[in-house]
This record gives sequence, C-alpha cells and structure tokens, in this order.
Amino acid sequence: MEDTKPNVVKITFDGIEVEVEAGTTIMQAARRIAEADGTQAHLVPPAMCYYKPLEGTGGKCRACLVKVAQGSAKDTRPMPKLVPSCITQVQDGMVVENTTNPAVLEARKGVVEFLLINHPLDCPICDQAGECHLQDFAFEHGAAQTRYEEERRTFEKHDIGPYIQLHMTRCILCYRCVYTADQITNQRVHGVLNRGDAAEISTYIEKAIDNDFSGNVIDVCPVGALTDKTYRFKNRVWFTKPVDAHRDCPTCKGEVTLWCRGEEVIRVTARKNQWGEVQDFICNTCRFDQKKTSDWVIEGPTKVQRSSVISANKYRADLVKKPDFALKLASSQYKAIDDSRPYVTDPDTIRQQSVENNDKANHRSLLAENN
Amino acid sequence: MQLTERSKQVSNKEMTLSEKAYLPAIVQGMAITLKHFFKKKVTIQYPEVKRYLGPVFRGRHILKRDEEGRERCTACGLCAVACPAEAISMVAEERQKGEEHLYREEKYAAVYEVNMLRCIFCGLCEEACPKQAVYLRHDEMVPVFTERDQVIWGKDLLVENMNNRYKREAWTKEEARQLDQKRAEGQAAGVEPRAIP
Repeated sequence: MEDTKPNVVKITFDGIEVEVEAGTTIMQAARRIAEADGTQAHLVPPAMCYYKPLEGTGGKCRACLVKVAQGSAKDTRPMPKLVPSCITQVQDGMVVENTTNPAVLEARKGVVEFLLINHPLDCPICDQAGECHLQDFAFEHGAAQTRYEEERRTFEKHDIGPYIQLHMTRCILCYRCVYTADQITNQRVHGVLNRGDAAEISTYIEKAIDNDFSGNVIDVCPVGALTDKTYRFKNRVWFTKPVDAHRDCPTCKGEVTLWCRGEEVIRVTARKNQWGEVQDFICNTCRFDQKKTSDWVIEGPTKVQRSSVISANKYRADLVKKPDFALKLASSQYKAIDDSRPYVTDPDTIRQQSVENNDKANHRSLLAENN
Repeated sequence: MQLTERSKQVSNKEMTLSEKAYLPAIVQGMAITLKHFFKKKVTIQYPEVKRYLGPVFRGRHILKRDEEGRERCTACGLCAVACPAEAISMVAEERQKGEEHLYREEKYAAVYEVNMLRCIFCGLCEEACPKQAVYLRHDEMVPVFTERDQVIWGKDLLVENMNNRYKREAWTKEEARQLDQKRAEGQAAGVEPRAIP
C-alpha cells in the first residue's frame, strides 16, 4: 500500500526547507516557497523559456541555472555543473543554492549577455516594453553595459497576417510559441528552421494563424517578437489600465484582461499569474474582435505589482503604502482622551488654570534645556 | 531670567551732543547714498535686458532633430511616465514608406503635447529620454500667455527648426562646472558647442 502514499521529498532551497512531491522540479519547489511567503519571491530563479501551461517547455534559455550543493541525502556530492532548475527534478535531501551562490549570479549575468547578443535594443519602439520578461531579466540580473560590437543578426520582414506582428530580430528562440502551436493544432505547422544564428521560427506559421487560438503566441512570447498587430504602436503598456473582465464565449473560457485608455479598450490579453504565465488561453474572437467595453462584463482592476512600471500614475488607495514610521509612532504614543476632569465654566478659574499650565510648560522646557 | 542666548540687555543711556544735533548723522547718510550714485548699477532693465542664466538652465522644451533633419523622438513614452506633473502626452504612429527622411525610427510621435501650465521644468523628461530628443532650452523661456489655448504646446512649437538649430555650450552639469572654472581662470571664453551624440 506504500505506492499510493504521496511520495514527499524534502529539499533545502537557499536555506529554506520545503516539502514537495517527488517528481517536482526545483523551479516548482522554489515557486512553492514564494507562493507560501510573498517576501521570498526574489529567490525564484527567472525563466525565459519555461512555461508551466505548455508541456515540454524549459531547458533552453539557461536563465534559471542553479547550483546543487548536495545531490540528495543518499549521495551528498554536489552536482558538477550548474543545472537548469526548470527541468531538474528534486531528490530527497537536495540542497540548492540560487541567490546565495555568487557563481550562479555570475553565470546568470553571462546568460543575459548571451541573450542580448542578437536582441535589438529597440525597447523605445517595442510594444512589449514594460511587460517584457527579457527587460526584467536584464534589469535584475544583467550588466549595465553591453560589450557586443558586432552586427546583430537581421531577417527579412515576414508578414504573418492581420493580427499578429512578427519581429524575428527580437526572438530569443525560447520555443514557447512552437509548443503553443503544437498544443492548439494536430498537425505540426509551426517550428524552428535552420541552426545557430540563422535559426528562425515561423515558416509554416501562416497555417497555425487560421486556428482559433493562434493569438496566444502573443501572450506566451517573453519578448516583443510576437505582438498584437491591432495594438501596434497604439499606446505604451504603462499608460493603459488593466481591468479584469469576462464574457460568455462559445470557444474559450472568456476570462481576460482588458487594457483600457479611458473608456476605450485598446488591447485584450489573457489573464496572467504571478509568474507571467497565462491562466486560461483565450480565443482570437475575444482577443482581436471584442474591443468595446459593452462586449465585456468588467470585474475590477487587475492587481499590478507595485514594482511594475504598469502601476505608474495609477493611484489605488490599497497600493499606496503608508509610511511605517508614522504608524509605529502613532501606535506607540496612542492615549485615550482623558475626560475625567470636571467641566469648568467659571472664567476666573480657567484663567488661573491656564496660567498654572503655562508655568508648568515653561518649567518643563527649561528642565529639558538645562539637561 | 535669561531664557535664550539671544536676549539683549537694553539701556536708556543719554545721547551725546553730536547725536542730539542730528545733522552729522544726516550728512553721513547722504554720503553713503551719494557713494552708491557713482557705483556700478546692480539692477538690469528686465524685459529689455536679460541675464545669461548658464548653459544648464531649464527653459522651454525642444524636440531635437538629428544631423539629417529627422525627428529623434520615437514616442516611447518614457518622458511622460517620468513627468511628475503629468504634463506630457503623445500619440504614436508607424512610419510609412517614403518618410524615412522625416523620422529616425520605425515609430514616431504624431502628436506630442506639453501642457506648460502643468510643467514644473524639473528636467526629468530630458533625463529619461533614451533618444536625446527632448531638451529644455537654456536660452528661451515659455512666454506669458493670455489665452487658455496657448498653454498646450504641440509639435508645431516644440520641434527644432533646422535653419535655427538649438545649441548649448554644455550639456551636463559637470561640463557647465568645468566651463565656469575655465571662465574664472580667464581662458577660452567661447567654447565650441558640441553636437549631441
């Protein structure tokens, strides 16, 4: 009967012990820690290619490399090389070092540099800027300056229909869109051609475009390689206001995020979780054709992390933090009002009391000055 | 009882004869006035005469063009998000074929507006700009306006005129400080303005 019992293993991630089921990856274990305690979110390794809702993703970008200082309780030797946490499964007694190991941080810096070798620095033009995972990754883990002097690779412009804009130069070959296309269609119509610098997605992408769910490649793309053509240059992400909304859709669940400017809906995306992963894939009708507020039932503003630029110029009372110090001071010095004194109406008594109070106050301040 | 260090003992001592006479004091005062009469004036006749405010003074905005006359601004929105007064707004547009000589990048600002009533001339837009497009002029201020529609400045007023390009002697505070030092040492008063990168 032991087989039916869930096999629980214990690992130590950056000094924090966590119990997970056997077969979980290190990344998932780290995310479990962060989900249990929001203040530990910085410990989670970044992911550029790994995408939980898509089967088979991970292991390509090397952004999530971690050090395994102890393989398991049985075999306490460290793993010889840094391992990708998104596809490495945990073992009982494993000790993982992520932010605590300088070698890991150094390696990550190198990974940023490699990813940015061919990525154009056209963030001012790119529609993804502000919600781009590569931007976040480079900002948090990369070096401030580039050392790359050579020409970046370029591709011939490829038009893939009226809805999706492809910028092959910005692609970091994470394969997320390939897995999305694999998941939404039976035939393999979307893939990566050629090798090395010349590798590119999209040769048969026109065929996947007809699919009802093809728009989801926009959401899964971590960079601005696949963007919404109906939103192209309409506005910057941080000037639009994200609102959760839903509609009764025959093809998909119909739960989306609307990006509004005033009353106008200028973009529709799927809802994303804490890790930037789509919660429910949405259909193209919801994404591209339903751009009126009247099409949707609005649930309320989307929760945006305070650190995100999207929260700029949006003043929500629940997001504005009161200064800790003032609150602490107020709570420590709080006194209930003393109403036990008799109510005096006689002017002479009041005058006399105020003179006495003045004297007392002067005396106190003198004492304070002399000491 | 002395409460502070600043308290002063007042006395009511009698005046001397010369103090009582008043005339010497008046003569003394007139002499001071007369001396100032021949000194160099410290005031300037403001609207007609203007003082040089230094190379990093923050006056009105300008949207720079590059050497070939193309607009540098790509409507990235960083100036608007950096603006503490929310004075800047813009609408982006995609560059069409044949417009390459007008706009530097794939995207450009079709509308770029600065509300001069909201602007506090802090220069954060200048700092945020990744394309060296927006600058606050050191030599011109926003003129006094009398009508409401003069408050919002559009691209017609903001974009640089290629026949009368805007130049500065120094682009950063460090450069301005070095310039001041050079001037103080009495060398190279006229510095060649540098083209922006």
